[in-house]
Amino acid sequence: MRIIGLDIGSRTVKRVTVEDGEVTNHLVVPNHHDPLAVCDELLSGQRADRVVATGYGRHLYAEHREAVTLTEIRAAALGARRVCPRARTLLDIGGQDTKVIALDAEGEVAKFEMNDRCAAGTGRFLEVMATALSYPMSDFVQASREASGSRSINAMCTVFAESEVISATARGVDRAELARGLHEAVVRRAVAMLRRLPLEDEIVFCGGGALNICLHELIAKALGREVHLPPAPQIVAALGAALSVEGPDGSTKGRVS
Amino acid sequence: MTEATDYRPMWGELGLDLEKHDALLGVLDQVYTDVYLAQKNRPDGMGYFDFVMSEVHGLRIKELVDAKAAGKIVVGSFCVFVPEELVLAANGVNVGLCAGADFGTEQAERYLPRNTCALIKSFFGFSLEKVCPYLESCDLVVGENTCDGKKKAYETFKDMTKGEFMALDMPNTKSDEGHTVLKRAYLDLVAALERVSGKAITVDSLKAGIETVNKKRAAMHRLAKLRHATPAPISGLDALLANQVFFYDNPERFTDSVNKLCDELEQRIEKKIGVAPDTTPRIVISGCPMAVPNWKLPSIIESAGAVVVGEESCIGERGTQNLVSTDGESVDRLIENLVDRYFTIDCAVFTPNPTRAEHALQIARDTKADGVIHYALQFCSPYQMEAPLLERHVESGGLPVLRIDTDYSQEDVGQLRTRVEAFIEQIRH
Repeated sequence: MRIIGLDIGSRTVKRVTVEDGEVTNHLVVPNHHDPLAVCDELLSGQRADRVVATGYGRHLYAEHREAVTLTEIRAAALGARRVCPRARTLLDIGGQDTKVIALDAEGEVAKFEMNDRCAAGTGRFLEVMATALSYPMSDFVQASREASGSRSINAMCTVFAESEVISATARGVDRAELARGLHEAVVRRAVAMLRRLPLEDEIVFCGGGALNICLHELIAKALGREVHLPPAPQIVAALGAALSVEGPDGSTKGRVS
Repeated sequence: MTEATDYRPMWGELGLDLEKHDALLGVLDQVYTDVYLAQKNRPDGMGYFDFVMSEVHGLRIKELVDAKAAGKIVVGSFCVFVPEELVLAANGVNVGLCAGADFGTEQAERYLPRNTCALIKSFFGFSLEKVCPYLESCDLVVGENTCDGKKKAYETFKDMTKGEFMALDMPNTKSDEGHTVLKRAYLDLVAALERVSGKAITVDSLKAGIETVNKKRAAMHRLAKLRHATPAPISGLDALLANQVFFYDNPERFTDSVNKLCDELEQRIEKKIGVAPDTTPRIVISGCPMAVPNWKLPSIIESAGAVVVGEESCIGERGTQNLVSTDGESVDRLIENLVDRYFTIDCAVFTPNPTRAEHALQIARDTKADGVIHYALQFCSPYQMEAPLLERHVESGGLPVLRIDTDYSQEDVGQLRTRVEAFIEQIRH
């Protein structure tokens, strides 16, 4: 049984192939205005008994191609339990969503919280801010880690925060300190969401945001405990989608439509 | 939908902006077709409600115009705290006013801050754009001092209505003093109704009004109870529609139609006919009222594969619970009975308001629900602030809760769908 999990996110599309329960390969590509074309390219030449789509583009994909769907919430939960069997809490910072998910002892979703409609505190927020400070993403993260101080940013709205950053640079504020302040702003928000859930056993940090090492360090520090970082945090939901197919007949647990 | 009668001359006389009104009806018609007529396995009794909706700005308005010509008054309101019993007793027709769609928002924001809830913006928008024939038909509009948003908005709104405007004072605690405040408010309303209609409210007319509304509420209680059955004999959308039409329709005809629908549902239950399989996840919605045509959340829930089996809402069981006693041989005694019943409504403007969360859990248990979705309009502080309290209470009763804050716009539908689907997945495992 060869299953492909396809996580169609706002910034990237992730493909994970699972054969008889084991990951055989995975790939992450940028998304653009035509997600269906991105998916087609990503799947071209790939053989699969079944495709499970998740992420915001899941319904679009399932309407036009052969696939079942699963929400990214449950997909992330299933994926996280595979990469970290003791996981009870998940933080997933994606391109346009931040999610926190509490799992019960069996690994099923017990409760979840998600940011509202805007991109405040998501991966996209940091990308926009890096650009506003003329940093490539990797330099932005490094500058934040090495900053000697922090200039706090009050606005969480991406648009307002960008103006706040620009007016601060106009006043000569050190951009590394702003980078640090922006990371801290995202962390404050993520930690506030996490604190609404019971924090038991392992906390797993996944999604594209988890590639940001500074976020990981600051979150662990703010929580005062270790936060598990999987080796490929971006593909956790795609992995979970692929693992959601259980029966030998390809029946999918948790399928909604 | 029926296009037989040309109502444009009537709308013109009421002072509607015909072009904008056409645009509104066009959207309404489309949404109704997509959300309602596309449903499967609907009870035949919903045909009546489809007809009412197709004529909601037509035949029903003509009835209002005719009633006025025959000497009746039309009284409009926005809240379940304005007793229809009193309106009927004063030879009036009671109507709920339009507040369920994004319309004229830019106009509304000339008077209201942006961070005002969608419901308040909506009735300003409908009024400013001249597209609500109910509002334009009113001899008296009663605005109740419930939340801060509404009571402050009425200070501006009172000069916008064609008919007279009356602010109805409201208590904010369930104390003896609160009871007295509500009684005084109802006595003020009696005086206003008598003045506008020129007819005195008598023991007989008030008893008749109470009996009419009791029958209407009893029919809704019957409907709510039939929804306890598995498989669900009616969709949440259709039951919500009945709850919404409650505010517009002729009360006797409405009661009759709901009872006929219930007869049919009883037969369905006996034959185990439902709108969805037995295993379909069952959801109760608790929170802010959903006025026509606000079908956004239930439509997302039901298209994601669940069925809504109850509403802890003003347009739902919070609004229809309990009947009014007809015991008493004076108008004052009957008004006391009214206050006793209306004072039990557990609206979030009261502090504290523990019975609302208890009621939500009770509805969820009665309907054998698998989860509760708390629905709050953005910027509606009373319901948003009660959300965590209600969530804790329902969760302590062993049921999962999903909290949604939204408005009337469509921009967050994708995200809402993800949350609702994830909640349904959570319930299934």
